[in-house]
Amino acid sequence: MKADVGAPVAPSGVSRLLGLPAFGRKIGGVAEYIVIPALALAASLVLFGIFVALFGKNPLDLYFYMYQGAFGTWFSWQNTLTRAAPLILTALCTALPAQLGMVIIGGEGALLIGALAATGAALALQAAPPLFVDVAMACAGMIGGGLWIMLSGALRQYRGVNETISSLLLVYIALAILNYLVEGPMRDPTSLNKPSTREIGAANMIGTIPGTDVHWGLVFGVIAAVLSYILIYHTVFGFAARVAGGNIRAAKVVGLSVGKLILVTCFLAGAAAGLAGMMEVAAVQGRTNANLAAGYGFAGILVAFLARQNPLAVIPVAILLGGIGASGGLLQRRLGLPDASVLVLEGTIFVIVLASDSLYGRIGFLKEKAS
Amino acid sequence: MNLDNISRRRVLQGTAALTLGTALPLRRAFAKDTTIGFIYVGSRDDYGYNQAHAAGAAALKSMPGIKVVEEEKVPETDAVEKTMESMINLDGATLLFPTSFGYYNPHMIKMALKYPALRFEHCGGLWTDKDPKNAGSYFGYIDEAQHVSGIVAGHMTKSGKLGFVAAKPIPQVLRNINAFALGARLANPKATLQVIFTGDWSMPVKEAESTNSLIDQGVDVVTCHVDGPKTVVENAARRGAMVCGYHVNQAVLAPQAYLTGAEWNWEVLYPRFAKMFTTGETIPNFYRGGLKEAIVKVSPYGKMVGEAARKQADEVKAELTAGTYVIFKGPIADNKGKTVIAAGVARGQTDPELEKMDYLVDGVIGATS
Repeated sequence: MKADVGAPVAPSGVSRLLGLPAFGRKIGGVAEYIVIPALALAASLVLFGIFVALFGKNPLDLYFYMYQGAFGTWFSWQNTLTRAAPLILTALCTALPAQLGMVIIGGEGALLIGALAATGAALALQAAPPLFVDVAMACAGMIGGGLWIMLSGALRQYRGVNETISSLLLVYIALAILNYLVEGPMRDPTSLNKPSTREIGAANMIGTIPGTDVHWGLVFGVIAAVLSYILIYHTVFGFAARVAGGNIRAAKVVGLSVGKLILVTCFLAGAAAGLAGMMEVAAVQGRTNANLAAGYGFAGILVAFLARQNPLAVIPVAILLGGIGASGGLLQRRLGLPDASVLVLEGTIFVIVLASDSLYGRIGFLKEKAS
Repeated sequence: MNLDNISRRRVLQGTAALTLGTALPLRRAFAKDTTIGFIYVGSRDDYGYNQAHAAGAAALKSMPGIKVVEEEKVPETDAVEKTMESMINLDGATLLFPTSFGYYNPHMIKMALKYPALRFEHCGGLWTDKDPKNAGSYFGYIDEAQHVSGIVAGHMTKSGKLGFVAAKPIPQVLRNINAFALGARLANPKATLQVIFTGDWSMPVKEAESTNSLIDQGVDVVTCHVDGPKTVVENAARRGAMVCGYHVNQAVLAPQAYLTGAEWNWEVLYPRFAKMFTTGETIPNFYRGGLKEAIVKVSPYGKMVGEAARKQADEVKAELTAGTYVIFKGPIADNKGKTVIAAGVARGQTDPELEKMDYLVDGVIGATS
C-alpha cells in the first residue's frame, strides 16, 4: 500500500486510476508517474512500428513522419495544438467526475448541448457588443453542458442509474435534439443542403492566439485544467470529493454531503465540455450544425484515462493525441496507411498505459520512500 | 499507391531550411510536378460517395507531371483546414479537392482566403460571386441518372412497389427521390415509391433495418441515397429484392440483383480540371453538368433487365444526353395533392427553383418532415 500515501482512504487500484496522490509531494512518486507512462508510450510506438513493418513499411519512416507531422515544423505544432484544444476541455468532463469514482463518458453530449446553448445565446443577442455576446455564449455553453452532465449525476444520486450508461445514452439524446433544432426551429432557411442554424456573425467570432492560427480554446482549456487541478488537490472541496471517490460510506460517515459533491462535480465537468462546444461554434464553425458531432467528446475519454484522470496531465496527453491526429494525415499520404492505423496506435497506447498500472511501486529505483 | 516520391532527405532539407529562418516554403523543393490534394470525409473504399471521388483521383495518377495526395476520414471541423494546410505546406499541393459538403463553409473558404495563389475546388455547388475567386464548386445533375434508373425499376417491379432509403430530406436528396419516382411512373403509372429517411449520411444499422422493412412491405426494387450504399445493396439482394445503385457501380456486390444505378463520373471531370489547371486555363468557379457533360453516368444494365425497359431507358438517356429532355415538367403535384409545378412550366436542370425542392411528388409514400 505504499503508493497510496497521498490518498489514504482509497484502495490501491482506485487511487491509481484517480490520479497523482498529492502531485509533487514525493520525488520518487513523481518520477514514477512520469517514467512509467513514458515507457508505456515508447513500448506502444515499438509495437506499432512492428505492426507497420508487417505491412511492408519501414518503421523508421513511420517515426520520422509522425514526428514531422506532429512536431517537426511550426506549422505541425499549430496543427497539433489546434487538435488538442477541444480535447483538454472534453477530457476534463471525464477526469473531474472520476475523482468521485464516477465514469462519465458523455462529454460529446455536453459539447453538443453547450454548442446549441451558446449559439442560441449569440442569436438572441445579435445587437449586443461582441465581447458581451462572447461572454454570454461562454456562460450559456457552460451552463448548458453543465446541466446536461449534472443530469447524469442526479440520475445516479437520486435514482441509482449507472452514470456511465446514462451519460452515454444522453449523447444520443443530445444529438437528436441538435438534429431536431438544426433541421427545425433553429434552421436557417437558406441552409438548403446542410441544415444549420443562422451564423453568429463574423464580429462575434473569437479570433486566434496572436502569432498563431490556434484558437483561444487552447488557452481556456489550459486554464480550466489548472483550475481543476487546484480544485481537486488543493481545496477542501477537492479533498472531500477524493474521499468520497475512495470510499463513499466513509465519506458519509464523516458527514460529507456526497450528493452535493456529485452534482457540483458533474456540473463542472459538463461545463468544461460545454465550453469546448461553445469554442467550436465561436472559433471554428460560426454556427451549429451536424459538423459539431466530430467525436471530440469521445476522444476526451481516451485523453482522461491516459492522463490517469489527473487534470494537469490532461494537457500533455491532449497535445500528444493532437499530435497523433495531426501526423495521421501524413502517414496516409506518405506511407499509404489507412486512416484506421491511427486508431490502432491510439488503442495500443490505451491498452499498454492501462496495463502499465501494475508496475507502480514495483520498479525498485522509482519506489517511493516509505514515510 | 505510391505517394512516397518526396524523399526523406528532401523533407529534412526543407525542414532545416525552415528552421534556419529562411522562410522558404517547403514546396519550392519540389515544384516541378503539380501536386493535387484530395480529402474525403469517409473511407476511400466505401462503395459510395468517397469511392467515387477516389476513383476520380485515381484517374489523375496516370497523367504525367501530376502527383496526387489523399487523406480519408477527415471530419468537417478545423481538422480539414489543417489537412489542407498540411497538404499545402508539407506536400506542396497547389490544387485541392475537399470533397465533402460540410468542408465548404467556413473551412475551405477560410483556406482560399489564406492562400490566394492556390486553387480550391469543392464538390457540392455552393460558390457565389461573394466567395473568393480562387475557390470554385462543381456538381453533377445526378437526378438525370436516377430518372433513368427509375424507368428501369418501374419496368422490372412485379409488385409495383419500389423503395428508397434516404439520408436526410434536403433538396439534393428529394430531387433524386422525385426524379426516380417520375421515371418509375413513366414505365408503370401505378408504381409507388416508399421512402424511409435514416436521418444521417452513414447509419449502416438503420439502413439495413429500413431495407428490411421496405421489403417486408412488399417492395421488390430498392434504391438509396446515403454515403455508402453497400449495406442497402447487399441486404436487398440477400432478401431477394432487386436494387438500383448510387454513387458508384455496386454490381459486384449483388450481380444477380443489380438492375442499374446512378453513378458519378469524376474520372472524366477531374482530369479535365487538372488539364485546365496545368495549362493555365481558368477553371470555372461554378461548374455543373449531367449526362450531357458526362459528369454522371448510368450503370450498365444487369442481364435480367428486359427489352422494354432497356428501350425506354435508352431513349430517355439519349434525350438527356442530347439536352432535349426535361424531368421536372408540369403539371407535377406533390404527394399531398398540391400542384408544385404548374402545367406548361418546364423546370430545366439549371432552374434555381429545383435547388430549393422541399416536396415529394405524387406516387411517393413518405413525408419530408
